[in-house]
Amino acid sequence: MLQPNEYKGKLIVVEGIDGSGKSTQINLLYKWLQSLDKDVFFSEWNSSKMVKSTTRLGKKKQTLTPTTFSLIQATDFADRWENLFLPLLKAGIIVLADRYAFTAFARDVSRGVDPQWVRNLYSFAIQPDVTFYFSVPLEVAVNRILGSRAKIKYYEAGKDLGLSNDTVTSFRMFQERILNQYEGMSEEFGFTAIDGNLPLEVKQQQMRKIISEKILNK
Amino acid sequence: MIDSRFYGAGFPYMNISEMPGKLIVLEGNDGVGRSTQMELLKQWLEVEGYGVSNTGLARSPLTQPGLDEAKAGHTLGRLTMNLFYATDFADRLENHIIPALSAGFCVLSDRYFYSIIARNVVRGADPEWARKVYGFALKPDIIFYLKANIDNLVKRVLRGRGFDYWESGMDVRFADNLYDSFVKYQNQLTRQFNKMSKEFGFVTIDANRSVQEIFEDLKSHTKKLLEKN
Repeated sequence: MLQPNEYKGKLIVVEGIDGSGKSTQINLLYKWLQSLDKDVFFSEWNSSKMVKSTTRLGKKKQTLTPTTFSLIQATDFADRWENLFLPLLKAGIIVLADRYAFTAFARDVSRGVDPQWVRNLYSFAIQPDVTFYFSVPLEVAVNRILGSRAKIKYYEAGKDLGLSNDTVTSFRMFQERILNQYEGMSEEFGFTAIDGNLPLEVKQQQMRKIISEKILNK
Repeated sequence: MIDSRFYGAGFPYMNISEMPGKLIVLEGNDGVGRSTQMELLKQWLEVEGYGVSNTGLARSPLTQPGLDEAKAGHTLGRLTMNLFYATDFADRLENHIIPALSAGFCVLSDRYFYSIIARNVVRGADPEWARKVYGFALKPDIIFYLKANIDNLVKRVLRGRGFDYWESGMDVRFADNLYDSFVKYQNQLTRQFNKMSKEFGFVTIDANRSVQEIFEDLKSHTKKLLEKN
């Protein structure tokens, strides 16, 4: 459902559940590509200025439903697509994205929206050149988040779904659903799986090797 | 399981039981007289003893501040605008329209997603993509399409509040002046409405006539709809 990349630039994406270690890895990848003097740009999920006030309002008042949550995220993504990704790719820049449309597919379907409907929302975007998927056992990821974060927010914990009144239990159940969605998408979108249990520097070496082969030496 | 009350998947996570109310939509170009007719219909329905609730595009408390702000700037892209309007639409549908219909109200909607699709497609959106976005939308009980000649539209707009930047399609610059741009843009919208008329089963109302004549038509169709129960 995503478009083929017909632009000069390249798109590299990291995906995985919270606490899977993907942000650390893409950061290292970014440093490495910069050190090689590549034209590279790094983008985080959910950072468009235009839509931020609406997202904040909905989260604060807790009036977001699975559908409006999905749509506001897609609006946010569209804004970044039109004003950032598309110009960057046209200009021939390597774009690194910490999370991409797959995050939306995993979360929104876990919230109960129709899988085909949400895929259509993002169908203007391109299929990344490489999508690293960090596969980790649920407990490892959940414990990492619980240990490092003071408080898990309402929507982050999936409390809008009414899975459990207990934030931690709700968070765990929500993450499990998301994990299942990711596993199911791996083949559909050609994820390059990285074993999250490997030592940090080994994972980075694997990623650099793949990027060298698929992006840099082409 | 497909719920035929919706155009697509609807809201799969929600259990929506019987909705005794009626969803009545007024569609048509800018300046065709929708708000006047909405007001008349509301008064008449209330006199007849029906509960009435009004809605219209970009009125959701969730998206209104953000959308106004975005439209005031100059970087709002086509896709972003489409999805922003869809967010507004979904918010009103879930938090206002469906609850009102469940409580037995007649919901009068000034435009529905057909207008949004028409505007999107005129601005270059993929028609199929735009339709699929609204797969969560409820099928109205009746859709009135108020149709008037462009000459009449122009005169009404000029006598009323004057040309508006967006209603004239100036963001896409159909012409270098408001008048020509308005005419071209509204003509293209009409073409889109005509295309959708059959697809979505619009009831076309000749809006070149007087306010009272148009209203009599709307009233008689609405009466029939309400008597069906």
